Amino acid sequence: MSAVSKLPGGRFLGRFLEKIGFGGRSLVIAVPVFWLLLFFLIPFLVVAKISLSEAAIARPPYLPLWEWEDGFLNITLNFGNYLFLLDDPLYMSAYIESVKIAAISTFITLLIGYPMAYLIARSSPDNRNILLMLVILPFWTSFLLRVYAWIGFLKGNGIINNLLLKTGIIDEPLIMLQTDFAVYVGIVYTYLPFMILPLFANLVKLDGSYLEASADLGARPITTFFTVTLPLSISGIIAGCMLVFIPAVGEFVIPALLGGPDTLMIGGVLWNEFFSNRDWPIASAVAIVMLVVLVIPIMLLRKAQAAEAEAH
Amino acid sequence: MGHTSKFLKITAMFGFIFLYAPIVSLIIFSFNESKLVTVWGGFSTKWYGALFQDPQILQAAWVSLKIAFLSATIAVVIGTIGSFVLIRFKRFRTKSLLSMMITAPLVMPEVIIGLSLLLLFVAMQNLIGWPGGRGMLTIILAHSTFGAAYAAVVIQSRLVDMDLSIEEAAQDLGARPVRVFFDVTLPVIAPALVSGWLLAFTLSLDDLVIASFVSGPGASTLPMVIFSKVRLGVSPDVNALATIIIGLVSLGIIVAALQINRSKKQGADR
Repeated sequence: MSAVSKLPGGRFLGRFLEKIGFGGRSLVIAVPVFWLLLFFLIPFLVVAKISLSEAAIARPPYLPLWEWEDGFLNITLNFGNYLFLLDDPLYMSAYIESVKIAAISTFITLLIGYPMAYLIARSSPDNRNILLMLVILPFWTSFLLRVYAWIGFLKGNGIINNLLLKTGIIDEPLIMLQTDFAVYVGIVYTYLPFMILPLFANLVKLDGSYLEASADLGARPITTFFTVTLPLSISGIIAGCMLVFIPAVGEFVIPALLGGPDTLMIGGVLWNEFFSNRDWPIASAVAIVMLVVLVIPIMLLRKAQAAEAEAH
Repeated sequence: MGHTSKFLKITAMFGFIFLYAPIVSLIIFSFNESKLVTVWGGFSTKWYGALFQDPQILQAAWVSLKIAFLSATIAVVIGTIGSFVLIRFKRFRTKSLLSMMITAPLVMPEVIIGLSLLLLFVAMQNLIGWPGGRGMLTIILAHSTFGAAYAAVVIQSRLVDMDLSIEEAAQDLGARPVRVFFDVTLPVIAPALVSGWLLAFTLSLDDLVIASFVSGPGASTLPMVIFSKVRLGVSPDVNALATIIIGLVSLGIIVAALQINRSKKQGADR
């Protein structure tokens, strides 16, 4: 027996709402819909609106889009922010660089994650739970601190360099921190669980008899993998890849901590426009263009997730 | 087949080393005497002492804990209602909209969520004078929203797996829908609510980007303080802090996992 249902007045309130035509059902639906409309969807409209307004030294630092002037509604749409993004090569190269870094790291994550997911899916149920737990555990521990840990690993007198110098493999420390290499390592590292989990969910459903049939027909394991396993797991692969790619494009913390002055990613550009230049309209335009870049990956993800749900 | 499985095992082993080596090193070097984080200078716990005498860190930790507690609670409430509505209600007009809105925050880059929420808060402030400046309240609202998305994933999968016949039995015995929900559904999905709450809690405790956007003066969260420290280079007291956080989180997860396992076993025995 739950205590909540015994709350005084609960039943009375329910009857009252039903009487005034606001049935319990639509009221229940309204709670999450209203919350998410207000705090998730409408904010994007606000961003779109501010991306069309002009920056100003004011509080808040932009000019209003519409004004009443002599009884007329005066709407000034200003596409200058978008033209500015096109005009200044900094933004274009930041978008291209972000997509490139995200794509390469996604591919590396897939290469590492696939064998791990496969092994976990093929182990005995007891081992499977332990291995899954081991994959999920780092995801629960602070993301910021795990990125921080890599500074200690990669820096000039860091753990990797100390190890390599001591064993005599190298004579002088490698420069790894504050390079794009470090950004790749950071992204692959932090997003690996996002790749493994959807892949595992897919591979665990793979019917072993297909593999046996393929082997019985004389296919070598490698052939079976490319002709049976891989095609069957394609929606898991897409889901995992998009779960890594989409947030990686807009990543801020990893390039800020591990990247160098040359690492130019769009998340950092947006951050600087907002916090350093206090140019809210440009920051908004940067965000809107980033969303446009991400529309196709997001649609791919939804499609893959729907396919995965069907297969259940 | 032998070659394949050996190859798999070796790759997986390297994968796990890759996942854990940084965390292990973080912990080891938190007990380092030397100020140089990566050069061993003997065992010491002095950085833990330094940590507990740093008012800035203690204050930020307290702020973060309060935010995480409240936003995880709101997130679970919204995530539960949202999941229940999506899984159990057959058809309603806003169904696909709700399903889109509840999963989208999972993949949206944090900088976009942060910026968009900040602009919303500023616009609302100008329009209706609420939420009355930026600070803890705005961070809680932001964290509840993306926490709800994560909680919903966990809760939805539990609702899908749940045996419908007990809910139907309660209905057949004449229980009203609200009563069925609180007396039958809620106790069954309780483990998912716990993991959803823990997930939302740790995500809130961990968030730097969204909090930086929507926070105001006077409300610095722990990640914000850590980030400004770390930007200046590695420092051993951050290692000590990391060890404490990792220790507490791992403990929480293991206890929760054991609990869920036990209740599952009890369920199976019955």
